[in-house]
Amino acid sequence: MLDRAAIETVYRHEAGRVLATLIRLVGDFELAEEGAQDAFEAALTRWPQTGLPDNPRAWLVNTGRHKAIDRLRRRISLRGKLKVLAAETAVAPQPDAEDIEDDRLRLIFTCCHPALALETRVALTLRTVCGLATSAVASIFLVSEETMAQRLVRAKSKIREAAIPYQVPDREHLAERLAGVLAVVYLAFTEGYAPSAGTASTRPELCAEAIRLCRLLDQLLPGEPEIAGLLALMLLHAARLGGRSDGAGELLLLEEQDRTRWDRAAIGEGKALVERALAQPGRIGPYGVQAAIAALHAEAPNFAATDWPQISGLYQVLLRLQPSPVVELNAAAALSMVDGPERALQLVEALAAAGTLDGYWPLHAARADLLNRLGRGAEAQAAYARALPLVRLEAERRLLERKMRG
Amino acid sequence: MQYLLMIYGDEAAMGAATAEQGKAMGEAYARFTQDIVKSGHLKGGDKLKPSSTATTIRRGDGKSLTTDGPFAETREQLSGYYIVEASDLDEALAIAGKIPFSAGAVEVRPIDSLSRMY
Repeated sequence: MLDRAAIETVYRHEAGRVLATLIRLVGDFELAEEGAQDAFEAALTRWPQTGLPDNPRAWLVNTGRHKAIDRLRRRISLRGKLKVLAAETAVAPQPDAEDIEDDRLRLIFTCCHPALALETRVALTLRTVCGLATSAVASIFLVSEETMAQRLVRAKSKIREAAIPYQVPDREHLAERLAGVLAVVYLAFTEGYAPSAGTASTRPELCAEAIRLCRLLDQLLPGEPEIAGLLALMLLHAARLGGRSDGAGELLLLEEQDRTRWDRAAIGEGKALVERALAQPGRIGPYGVQAAIAALHAEAPNFAATDWPQISGLYQVLLRLQPSPVVELNAAAALSMVDGPERALQLVEALAAAGTLDGYWPLHAARADLLNRLGRGAEAQAAYARALPLVRLEAERRLLERKMRG
Repeated sequence: MQYLLMIYGDEAAMGAATAEQGKAMGEAYARFTQDIVKSGHLKGGDKLKPSSTATTIRRGDGKSLTTDGPFAETREQLSGYYIVEASDLDEALAIAGKIPFSAGAVEVRPIDSLSRMY
């Protein structure tokens, strides 16, 4: 006998694919969502009597499609006959099984379309592709459920009204659009790893969701080195989450962390993916390089025995691929572990003089650290004092204060 | 689906262009327009006279006020538009991306043709 919990389990497993296919079949996000929800309700009443269908996914798609057509007919009768023709031709015939996997990819590319605002892309992807409840997405963005629901409605309405296509971009545009998709995935991950707002110091469930989404992309677009690179980067960062704070919840510096608390299985998987990402020399991208850096940190037995020369070299590669002041800062910090603090301080001073990172506390903290290592304690204290008011997370503030005390 | 491609640019900068630059720009636009005529995308469009020739009727609180100037005083002004037929936003964006404007922006807006009144 199938109970509600068992049906819910099946539905949760299939919901993403069912929705993605229904959107293509009925050509409308909201109608498809309603159809999928109707199909789930129908399963709750039908399946306890009939037993689980041989192919629950096909059953849900078919039922959802019929329910969506019913809804369309009801709407049409309300709004007059003008749209009847357009609406009926919009409902395409049944899908074949192969199309269903492609539908998930179409859905991802549509939710991550550059015609939507970046934050909207993340929200819509988490809601529609990952199946998070609107309330859960709202809590990630620290807005009310109602506000998030409105934002999602506006996004779906833009997709419909501006005719954002439900398709995987052609070869000419794939690389550029994939980069946009990966940016959404990575933004979701970094919001989990270091939330930009709120009081939680991490949101591990969001990290896990981003990793799950990237695995799906890797499965749907096999052989793309930047997908492997990003997946590796996230796995290697997430593997170290457990060591990032002590029992009392205090943040620990890399050199203070208990490396036995790092997740070795995730590190192993990350390292294998890094090798895959770097296997096509002409197609190495920023995520692959950052993942390679993370892999070197993850496999080092301790801080001092880290392969700093190679990390420093990789930062130079990253600077060529994706120049930015933040990368320059990290490159300088890595260089200080190879050549000592003097040259690195010159680079950091030049960055500080440029002023673009004035509001970025790690710049002042890195400068303070280098000054300390050069025995210039008073200047270091002044630099820490500049970093302190810029810190937002309580745990980061305590870490800085601890460093100030020496 | 039809889209309105609105071309915005800095009129002062355009006015400061040399005769040669103006000629090159005119030729580039002529080529682009011919291209979208041939491909069947073009439904309409024109260059506009400068925003100094614009008149705005503003209405609110039951009153109408006719004023000199464009709807919004901005650094960039609407200088011309195309109406194109495209299958979806990606195709419209691809066409808009080929408009030979040198600086400024093109806004792409779907036309609500279901509500057409003629």
